Amino acid sequence: MTMVKAINNALDVKLREDENIVIYGEDVGVEGGVFRVTEGLQKKYGAERVFDSPLAESGIVGTALGMAVSGLRPVVELQFEGFTFPAFNQILSNVARIQNRSRGKYRAPMVIRFPYGGGVNALEHHSDSPEALFAHIPGLKVVIPSTPHDAKGMMIAALESDDPIIFMEPKRIYRAIKQEVPDEKYTLPLDKARVIQEGSDITLVAFGAMIRECQKAIVMAEEAGISVELVDLRSIYPIDRETIRTSVRKTGRMIVVAEAHESFSVGSELIAIANEEAFLYLEAPPRRVGGFDTIVPLAQGEPYYIISPDRIFYEIEKTIHF
Amino acid sequence: MTRDELPALFSDFNPLEDKMLQIIDKEGTMIRKDLMPELDDETIIDAYRQMLYERTADEMAVSYQRQGRMYTYTPNLGQEAIHIAAGMVIRHDDWLVPAFREMGTLLSKGVTMKEMFLFYLGNEWGGSFQQAHHTLPIAISIGTQLQHATGIGYSVRYRKKDETVFTFIGDGGTSEGDFSEALNFAGVWQVPVIFTIQNNQYAISVPVQKQTNSLNLAVKSVAFGIPGIKVDGNDFFAMYLAYKTAAEHARLGGGAVLIEALTYRLGAHTTSDDPSKYRKKEEEQLWGKSDPLIRLKRYMQGAGIWSIDEEHLQEQYREEIDRQFTEAEQEKSYPLEDVFSHLYSDMPDELRRQKSEYEQFLSWKEKRG
Repeated sequence: MTMVKAINNALDVKLREDENIVIYGEDVGVEGGVFRVTEGLQKKYGAERVFDSPLAESGIVGTALGMAVSGLRPVVELQFEGFTFPAFNQILSNVARIQNRSRGKYRAPMVIRFPYGGGVNALEHHSDSPEALFAHIPGLKVVIPSTPHDAKGMMIAALESDDPIIFMEPKRIYRAIKQEVPDEKYTLPLDKARVIQEGSDITLVAFGAMIRECQKAIVMAEEAGISVELVDLRSIYPIDRETIRTSVRKTGRMIVVAEAHESFSVGSELIAIANEEAFLYLEAPPRRVGGFDTIVPLAQGEPYYIISPDRIFYEIEKTIHF
Repeated sequence: MTRDELPALFSDFNPLEDKMLQIIDKEGTMIRKDLMPELDDETIIDAYRQMLYERTADEMAVSYQRQGRMYTYTPNLGQEAIHIAAGMVIRHDDWLVPAFREMGTLLSKGVTMKEMFLFYLGNEWGGSFQQAHHTLPIAISIGTQLQHATGIGYSVRYRKKDETVFTFIGDGGTSEGDFSEALNFAGVWQVPVIFTIQNNQYAISVPVQKQTNSLNLAVKSVAFGIPGIKVDGNDFFAMYLAYKTAAEHARLGGGAVLIEALTYRLGAHTTSDDPSKYRKKEEEQLWGKSDPLIRLKRYMQGAGIWSIDEEHLQEQYREEIDRQFTEAEQEKSYPLEDVFSHLYSDMPDELRRQKSEYEQFLSWKEKRG
């Protein structure tokens, strides 16, 4: 099953089980979404539960909050990460705050999901990685799956959470990875990283589409005799401090691989954590391998920006030989 | 829904012709007896009492702020007819999605002055309106609340509930994108939401003429395919009729309605604002003559139903309101726990860590003396 199918399956499972779940956004109804994540769901559950809304992201998110405080569990799709920003005010000023503002009288059980990230030769506003912008907002949970299996379990957990969840989907690997995904319902925690591969010389922390690139780099590293531990962060906020602490204390080295602009990024946060939690264990300065602090270039320039496996390997070697 | 199927009231006062619904004039004289809502004397007296209560509480809030006993406050002076009319039509199960200048309507939903004071004393518990059924907290981010109202409308319809949503915005707020989006979604979804624009002429210092080139604000409803009406917001009877008609329309499945309530903010935007910087005394005096309380009182006197000992009543209100303020002032101190506890249904580890580190600092500070 691909990630697209796995998320579709998660939505299907929960639509069947919980009649308070409604799904809407641009093109999600008849068309099933531009990436087909909601394909077939309108036919199965009707146009009152899965529907196309007017093309206005602030409206989509703002109305979803109204639904969430009054008993529904809306799931809204924003078509691309670059189009989340008209909704940013609603997300920051209300979705993230209504629970605090109302002292818990109102909850905001809603999922805002959108594809993000580069590497697909897209137009402007279709290649960005804005996870840090959302993770900086108190009141939200921000998660990113890297596999179909994780995507299903995390989506079901998101649909059962009483808190607003920003569910970012790495579009580059929507269909690139196929995996056995159980048909039945299961959930995965929304605040836990996962150690994908154990190693002893260096910790790579990544998430989303960068996991696959890291795995390619690890093959090169292993050939060079370097043992790499790979951590899939999965939850951007809350961040899993414990897993980072344990891994970096063990390996003494850390590189964060993430597509977003390096400055003020999730990588910056992880380096702060490595400093706070593993300072005396460090053999080399923790590093970020990220996107430049530039606009993601269009297709011709994007190869410079995109993090390739050999660039990750190059950084691993540099850190090992620091 | 075409205009022909609308309640007659909305066709009679077509905003495209810039008509305005008015039942009593500025002197309190009945000018549209045919439109006078059926209200018994006791109900009219009660309406006046509620308006007087809101005004008294409002004046006291400004005074507490001036005495340095309360933080920034947003006065309601001059807009009471809108608030109380809405409050008399809104039902227990109906939803109230406020902006921040609808105190009378909040009170009618069960919010207490103690809560209002607590909020303006800087405590979120006050603004959360714990006891008021289907009442959202005050929305300070201009215009965003209208989207929530539309979403609640969808939810109400989806769950087949007999509930109507009342929401408010100011004249300045109509320039926000969220205003248009909320009305557009509400039109497409045909949801039972009554949108009120309190056109009090100013967004802080900016007059409504600088917000829009539209003929009036009610006319904005036309583009979204929902009925709209401009109403004299200082005329209690006109406001009551507009709300009653709109609520019936919404409750019968007719969808959303936009009401422009033409009024004037007799007070400042907030207690930090000084209106003398941007408007003339003469203008304030002119609008002062259209004070909704004075108009209703004159009508009642003319109709021979004025029986209120206003001074005595206000004295009673003052005592009761002051008691609530004192209670709010004496509310126990704000525990650190409250800063962290309400953002999530379950406190994340990162927040636990920050809280515990701060507690360690506090105990260090205590030991240090």
